[in-house]
Amino acid sequence: MSDTPAAKPGFGISRPVLSKFLEGYGIILVVVVMMLVLALIKPEVFLTAQNLTNILKQNATLALLALGMYVVIVTAGIDLSVGSVMALGMVALAIASKAGVPWPLVLLIGPAIGLAVGWVNGVGLTVLKLPHPFIMTLGTLNVARGLTYLISNGAPISGLQPEVRYLGQAYYDFGIFPPPAGLPASLIVVAVSAVVLWFFLEKTNMGRHIFAIGGNPQAARVSGINVDRTLVVVYMISGFFAGLSGLLLAGRTDSGFPNAGLGIELDAIAAVIIGGASFFGGRGTVIGVLAGVLIMGILRNGLNINNVSAFWQQILIGLVIIFAVYIDVLRRRAAVRR
Amino acid sequence: MSAAPLLEARGISKYFGAITALRDVNFHVMPGEVLGVVGDNGAGKSTLMKILSGLFTPSEGELIFNGAPVKFGSPKDAQKLGIEMVYQDFALAGNMPIYENIYLGREPGTKFGPLTIVDHKRARQMASDHLDRLHIHVKSVEQNTEDLSGGQRQAVAIARATAFDGKIVIMDEPTAALAIKEVGKVLDLVRSLKDHGVAVIIISHRMDDIFYCCDRVMALYQGTNFAEAELNRTSRNEVIGWIMGTKGHTSGLAHDNMH
Repeated sequence: MSDTPAAKPGFGISRPVLSKFLEGYGIILVVVVMMLVLALIKPEVFLTAQNLTNILKQNATLALLALGMYVVIVTAGIDLSVGSVMALGMVALAIASKAGVPWPLVLLIGPAIGLAVGWVNGVGLTVLKLPHPFIMTLGTLNVARGLTYLISNGAPISGLQPEVRYLGQAYYDFGIFPPPAGLPASLIVVAVSAVVLWFFLEKTNMGRHIFAIGGNPQAARVSGINVDRTLVVVYMISGFFAGLSGLLLAGRTDSGFPNAGLGIELDAIAAVIIGGASFFGGRGTVIGVLAGVLIMGILRNGLNINNVSAFWQQILIGLVIIFAVYIDVLRRRAAVRR
Repeated sequence: MSAAPLLEARGISKYFGAITALRDVNFHVMPGEVLGVVGDNGAGKSTLMKILSGLFTPSEGELIFNGAPVKFGSPKDAQKLGIEMVYQDFALAGNMPIYENIYLGREPGTKFGPLTIVDHKRARQMASDHLDRLHIHVKSVEQNTEDLSGGQRQAVAIARATAFDGKIVIMDEPTAALAIKEVGKVLDLVRSLKDHGVAVIIISHRMDDIFYCCDRVMALYQGTNFAEAELNRTSRNEVIGWIMGTKGHTSGLAHDNMH
């Protein structure tokens, strides 16, 4: 059955290879261009080690949330609960830390809470057969936020054990960067998470099944894939990263504040979509998600250092989101036409 | 062809709440046989096929594979015996390459606790060897299946069904969604499966399909066995009559005189 037309020549590279490359990595070009532009406009501020350190540190929590959200979006799902889970983990571990719980246990609290809420999301979705993950995770968004206020009485908690703060706060200056600048420990957490997640999604059968579920859940089901169980794992992954981000944020701010991460789930979704993952499921790359986070982070930073008001920032980010999804729509239309 | 059926179903009934989809249906297919299953919409063809492939469990009746009773809890159980279903809508993940679709759910690789580390290189090689064996030509096994034509997708779905020593391939309307020029290619592929000793069960509305590649045809009508015959002992019009629930009344139809 070889009745497809021969590949058209173009730029010496075959079309599919070029378009595959752009689809996968074009987003990185955007990050590079943004950095170049800012470096040209405000080199004295943007290009300082301190500013770059700040961008990385501030966006580490969003990066973890986005990585978890990405896995969910690959299945054509959504997890609205991540911001609340982050806050719940953050406040719970802050309380435990203040109460003198041994720090190795405190470190586990955020991720454990995340796994638990993720499990509830996944089981609720698959067992109760709710029509869309939007509903289930909207429910847990409220439940987790309510629990956060309940256990904290709505008041922030500060003063954590130094070991608990470490991952969110530490940076390595290697003796070359003037403090406070250097390689943040939280960046290493993000990098390790990204590599592990990439390996899981690309190289393991369950990772491939997650993509198959996003592409065609019916196909996944008839291929003998346990779709429900896989979805539970997917939401647990998202919860885990949300809990882990709570640990980083607690460390960076040396506190647990119950209002943390209000609405940040939308930023995470935006970063994933800007990073080229399809809202319709089945498409995306880990590197694209990280680029999406950086685009949002650099955009905010660039607007800040150019004294653009926060209100305008929000408007611009909104426009970027619409533009990114429009690109996705165009891409899908092109795929259908082929 | 040996005398014993490869797969047999006895007294199958299936109820969905108050609705009876199948009532006391008997069915068999011989090794290497191509069997056509016909019937009007709602006759129970798809339900029967879903029972044979393990997607549904029958409310009553039993399945016998190679002379031994079997029970399927899921399509995986049926697949273990070499019973594979090719779905009407192809059931491929369009966002994934051909080779991953062929081995979806059964990826080759190294087991590592609950996970398998997929050997993508080996999967590509296995897929391309298997497609060669079936004389299916694609540009590259790395193409996403959404980039293929309907016929190519159907061919990939069939390749998928036979990738693991399939003994029985069940096809639900394999040509319904195809361009006319691709129908012949898919039907030729069905015949080549027979040459590989695979039994094929085809659900089709198209008499051309049935009479091009089947050895035997059976008709369901309103959830029950209605008629069956070796292909060389029946005619298109008789089979069309069966679909409409009539026997022996069709010889006078105007349609007859056209051949």
